[in-house]
Amino acid sequence: MDYRLELRNVSKSFGEVQALENISFGLGRNEIVGLLGDNGAGKSTLIKIITGYHPPSSGEILFNGQKVDHLTVPKARQLGVETVYQERALAELQTLWRNIFLGREITNRWGFLDVAKMRDETYRLMNQSMGFTSLAVNPESRVRNFSGGEKQGVAIVRALYFDAEIIILDEPTMGLSLKETARLITFVRDIKRAGKSAIFIDHNVVHVYNASDRIVVIDRGRIAGEFLTKDISLDALMEKMIRVAETGSLD
Amino acid sequence: MSSHTDEVTHGSGRANRKAFSLGRFARTHGPQLGILAVFFGLWIIFIISAPTTFLKPQIYNAFMSTVPFFAIMAIPLTMLVIAGEMDLSFPSIMAMGMVAFLLTYGATPGITSASLRVVLAFMAALLAGTAIGWLNGFIIVKFGIPSLVATIGTQFFWRGAVLVLSQGKSGTLSYVKESFLHSALVGKIGGSFPTQMIWLVVIAILGWILLNRHKFGAHIYLIGDNANSAELMGVNTKRVRVQAFMLIGLLSAFAGVIASFHVVYFWPSLGEGHLLSTLASVFLGGTSVFGGTGTILGTFIGAFIIGAIEAATVAVGLTGFWTELIYGLIIVLSVIMHAYLRKRVE
Repeated sequence: MDYRLELRNVSKSFGEVQALENISFGLGRNEIVGLLGDNGAGKSTLIKIITGYHPPSSGEILFNGQKVDHLTVPKARQLGVETVYQERALAELQTLWRNIFLGREITNRWGFLDVAKMRDETYRLMNQSMGFTSLAVNPESRVRNFSGGEKQGVAIVRALYFDAEIIILDEPTMGLSLKETARLITFVRDIKRAGKSAIFIDHNVVHVYNASDRIVVIDRGRIAGEFLTKDISLDALMEKMIRVAETGSLD
Repeated sequence: MSSHTDEVTHGSGRANRKAFSLGRFARTHGPQLGILAVFFGLWIIFIISAPTTFLKPQIYNAFMSTVPFFAIMAIPLTMLVIAGEMDLSFPSIMAMGMVAFLLTYGATPGITSASLRVVLAFMAALLAGTAIGWLNGFIIVKFGIPSLVATIGTQFFWRGAVLVLSQGKSGTLSYVKESFLHSALVGKIGGSFPTQMIWLVVIAILGWILLNRHKFGAHIYLIGDNANSAELMGVNTKRVRVQAFMLIGLLSAFAGVIASFHVVYFWPSLGEGHLLSTLASVFLGGTSVFGGTGTILGTFIGAFIIGAIEAATVAVGLTGFWTELIYGLIIVLSVIMHAYLRKRVE
């Protein structure tokens, strides 16, 4: 299969702790993959390898079939990976526009910021994509005062703005209200419609099932199994998840 | 995007900025307004209690002559503190820069032009300061040592190096007076206005631009606010922090040169009196010790408050014994004010 992103035999250990063991994983073009697994199964570690934050201890990473060595965060972003992190990766004392352009400031070639452009873009994004209509929220607002959903909105819009090809959502529903969660699921489906790929990680099996084409189950640092959502019912999937948590095996 | 939507975007952006509100202005600039209020409040008190001193230009010339020595270092220190780091070694860097100056001057007797020798020595001082700053940064990011601890160590080390290399000897720098560099750095414009004040203003403006309108400054704020977020979003936090240490190294050496040129004398203890006044300027100016917030304007004003207190206590008729007490009082009250403002604003 022609993968947008592929991991081959990737392992990662932190000192004595083996976080990931021989993971082989592919993300197809225009595919939404749901990543399920219990706390500490290795989901976040896997994500941070894909985003270049952690180097793998062994194994290969391929983008569009090309092997990439020494992946770093800026390199991954160049390759079109954008991430909405569990911890949201915001700088809460800073203004909204600084958060939108965090690590990717619009500058001239001497590194001087184009503040007016970043403010205008932020204003446009807020209205068009984030649906922030409240007057209290403007490009100069400090992110600290935002609600959980608004903060998540900032993290998501930031990922979209930079023309991502692969969008990674790490526990995006954490701390969201029901309405905000529904909007997020719609958003994941929009990624699919826009022809892009996504990896969607969540605790909530229902959310993942509803938004994904394929589900990969991770347990104790290994891939325990994968299913196409069209081939498995939600009930059967739930049953398997519980079995994995108890016995470490799907069947 | 078509040019039409472009226009719409710009229009809405401008409309948004036009919606100016006093409340928002006060919120965004709270700390700066606070320190400005303290500054003018104290000034009025000084003028009322000692009008003969504070209504004459001489006292202001005196301030502008001495405040730049530490205010020039307080500018890069502000950036460092915003990034969540600390440097206690800059007083030793001041002196080490001058040691590099003296060694270079002493090593170039073959050059007949005294001016050229002084310029070369000056460059060597700046280079030494930058290199020491780099080493500070390197030790801190490479070994993950808290900068407070690491720079206590390097502070002693470089002071020791100054004493060893100079054999503890002080000496006159009378030869620098023949160089144009002396008047360019610490001369008197129109017979009274101290040139170092111009240097301070230039450095403060460049510092403001660097901090607020350059990627470097943007990353400084992000690192101090949430280093983990910054790293996740691809900011090279190590490099930026090392650069910040290099900047304070460079400007400490510069301050060391102008302070020495000012008295035309080198003391191996150069800089020792400047540690606390520099730190106080930064914190008085509203920079948070927790990182992520702080302004150049605040520090600039903070430095002048610090510089004025000593003269003011004497001028209003108190003995010199009162100076430190009033210092302490104003610093503590201002820091409380900033903490209060920060809570209100956020």
